[in-house]
Parts: sequence; C-alpha cells; structure tokens
Amino acid sequence: MSCKPYIRETSKTTWYLEHPRYKRYMAREVTCIFILIFTFELVCALGAVANGPEAYAAFLAKLHSPLSILFNLVALVVTVYHSVTWFNVTPQAMPVQIGEEFVPGQYIVGAHYGIWAVVSLVVLILGVW
Amino acid sequence: MSERQIELEVLRYDPEKDSAPRFQTYSVPCLNEWVVLDALNYVKENLDTTLSYRWSCHMAVCGSCGMMINGEPKLACKAFIHEYSDKIRVEPLAHFPIERDLVTVIEDFIGKLSSVKPYLIPKDDQPISAGEFKQTPAELIKFKQYTLCINCMLCYAACPQYGLVPEFVGPAAIALAHRYNQDSRDGGRDARQEVVASNEGVWECSFVGACSEVCPKHVDPAGALQQVKVASTIDWYKEHLMPWVKK
Amino acid sequence: MAKSNKPIFWSLFAAGGTVTAFVTPALVLLLLFASLGLVPSLFTYEHLHDFAHNWLGKLIIFGVILVSLWHAAHRLRVTLHDFGVRADTVVAYAVYGIAGLGTLMTLVYLLRI
Repeated sequence: MSCKPYIRETSKTTWYLEHPRYKRYMAREVTCIFILIFTFELVCALGAVANGPEAYAAFLAKLHSPLSILFNLVALVVTVYHSVTWFNVTPQAMPVQIGEEFVPGQYIVGAHYGIWAVVSLVVLILGVW
Repeated sequence: MSERQIELEVLRYDPEKDSAPRFQTYSVPCLNEWVVLDALNYVKENLDTTLSYRWSCHMAVCGSCGMMINGEPKLACKAFIHEYSDKIRVEPLAHFPIERDLVTVIEDFIGKLSSVKPYLIPKDDQPISAGEFKQTPAELIKFKQYTLCINCMLCYAACPQYGLVPEFVGPAAIALAHRYNQDSRDGGRDARQEVVASNEGVWECSFVGACSEVCPKHVDPAGALQQVKVASTIDWYKEHLMPWVKK
Repeated sequence: MAKSNKPIFWSLFAAGGTVTAFVTPALVLLLLFASLGLVPSLFTYEHLHDFAHNWLGKLIIFGVILVSLWHAAHRLRVTLHDFGVRADTVVAYAVYGIAGLGTLMTLVYLLRI
C-alpha cells in the first residue's frame, strides 16, 4: 500500500491547452454555440414571417448588418467543421457488419460525404429556385 | 547499429523523503534501435539503482510499462529512441497518483475493472453434458477487437474526462464490459448496466477519442463506448416507452 | 450508482448532430447570401410563408429546428463542464431551458403562420 501517494492536479479550466488533440476536441465542441445561435436566427426568421411582411422586411434588414454577415460567414466555416468531424467518427459509433467482416470505415465516411453533397445541393436548389 | 547520447529527464518521487516530485536528468548512451525502456534499464543497472518503474514483457503485451513520454501516454517498450530527439522527458502515467518515481497507484482502475463484471455470465446454467458453446466467425468478430486490451491504462492517462472526473469508470473498463455484452455466449448485460449505464459510467464520456488514439493494441475503446451509449439509449426507450416488454 | 437519465438528451443530441451535419451548412450559406443582400427565393416573405403554411413544411421546419436546438444545448452542457463550470444541474436547466424556449417559440410561430 502507498504510504504517501502524490496527486498531480489538472487545471479544470485550461487542461485542453496542453495538447493539440484536446484543442481540436474543444474546437469541435464549441461548434454547438454557433449552431445554437444560427438556429435562433432561423427561429427569428420564422417569427418575422408570423408577424407579417413589414416585420420580415425588418428582419432582412437586420440580417444585412456587418455583424450578421460576419457571424454567418464564421458559422459557415464552423458548421462545415462540425459536419466533417461528425462524419469522420460515424464508423466508430455505428460499425456495419456484413457477414464475417466489418465494412471498412472509409466507405461509411465516404457515403456520408456523398449524401451530404446531394442534400446540400437539394437544399441550395430549393433555396434559390 | 548507431549510438546516441540521450538526456533522460525522469520525474522522481520518494514518498519517504520528498514532499513533491522533482526531475532528475540522466545521460544515457543509447543505440538508436533501443526503446525508452532500454534506456531506463541502463539507468537502473549502471547509473541509479534507486529508480523504480514497472515493466515485464518488453514486447507490448503485458501492459506494465505505461508512462508519459514527452507528455504522451506510451508503453516504454514501444517508444523507439529513433522517434525522439536527444532530450526525452519521462513521467509516470497521468491521472493516477504517484506511488514512487514512475510507479503509479492503480487501485482505482482495478476496482473499476472488477465492477463491470468482466467475465462470462452465461444466459442459463448449462451442464457439462450439454457440450461446449458454439460460436460462428460472424459472432466472434462482434467482440474480438475488444479482447485485445492489455490493461495498460494509457487510455485513462489520455482521457481528459477521467482527469477531470475521477469517478468516471473509464474507457478500458467500459470497453471490456462491451466485449462481454457482445459475446454471444454471455447473458450478463443487465448485470453490468447498473455500473455501465450510470452517470459515472458511459455517460461521462464525451467522445474526445484520445483513448483510441493512444491505445497500443488498436482496441478502439472510444468506438466501444459510443456503441454502449447507443445500446443503453435503446434500453432506456424500451424501458420507458414499452415497460411491458420483459428484458 | 443509479442508471442515468442522460439517454433522452443524448438521443436528441445524436439525432440533431446528424441532421445539422447534413443540412446546416447549406442553410447557413443561404442565409449568408441573404445577409449579403442576395436574398434566395426561399427566404423571400412569400415563399417562406407558403413553405411554412404547408403542413409538410411545418413538420420539416419544426423537426430541423427541434433537433438542432437540443443537439446544441446538450453539447453546450458538456462543453461548459469541459471549460470548468462545475454546476451541472444549473447548467442543464439553463441550456435545456434555452432549447425549450426555442422549441416553444417555433411551435407558436408555426401555428400562427
């Protein structure tokens, strides 16, 4: 039995700065802040529609501000990072077994990227049609 | 065979003399083909017999020699000198209390390992006359990867959640529970869920994935834990939405 | 150790993570165009109103916003813990409260359109 074990403390607030792997993890995690704010952007759009054409015109005007432009630009990069990190880990969380073997991870990831491209195209086309 | 002079900066701690750990540097003539464990053995044999560390097989199967090498959890017998510059920092495995020098107190891990009931709990009692369990290759690969764990605890050193929340059952223990849950011969999943599906069990995991990155046997505990989350979630919905269904 | 109630939040997190991974970047791009003054036709008042007036449109809008909110809320709960905020119960009420508020707002707006 230990007579005097020494316990090394880890900082509860800055531990992620110690290693690039942890910094990448935190970068992935904070994407949620941007997704949350963006989703409320959509909710506000909906609210503006519910309140009529003048309210919606006012909403579009607020969207035209430099802050909104900056936010949406940054959100674009951030949400893409969320997508990439999400797809890359899918085979670990949901392995696909066919017979006596697992489907190689890259096929599952590749399929996700393919679907992402198609879905994005559909959303964009529906958006501008 | 090329020779290199390596400066080994080792964290020392003598519980009888020191109030806190301190670094001690040894100058070790190494061969470039050596591993860090060879350098440590050189120190112990020729420079400082008081240096304490665990090791055994020297071939990455026993899991004894886990330590922090330049801040990364590694097996000392698998950390090749040729991968490093001339200064190598060696510390005891992170997130465990230091017993002495590079020896850590591993009681917490051992306790957690036993708490997940890491043994076959057959569905029904079979008499010997019923014969052996039969298992197809397709049933085997469902859990084979998770049998490769050598209990080296590198994953606990890498896992930031274990560092922040010491109650966390942890990657290796939960991956081992998953190994048995996935085994077609086993019927003990419910017995393990009390520990595995608790807040300190799989739900403390936030899929950092560091555990799988450092695992020397490519067990992928992170994957195992996410699969446990999926299974536990399905359980939860069954329990709450279809309580009449008997497990 | 009691069994956790995390599964319900985690399942919403997982569903939301998947949905947002597939559709959100394209949606952000559309709104980026809108904020630059090039309003895509879907985001003109008439088209958005028609889309949200239709019951299928309501379902799609509600579904996407619901899982996006609860995905972000759960991840935010974990992230705040990672940043050192230890009061998990308070944080949980706060983040799920925000998600709940957004859900309610969406419901009310959709019912009024």
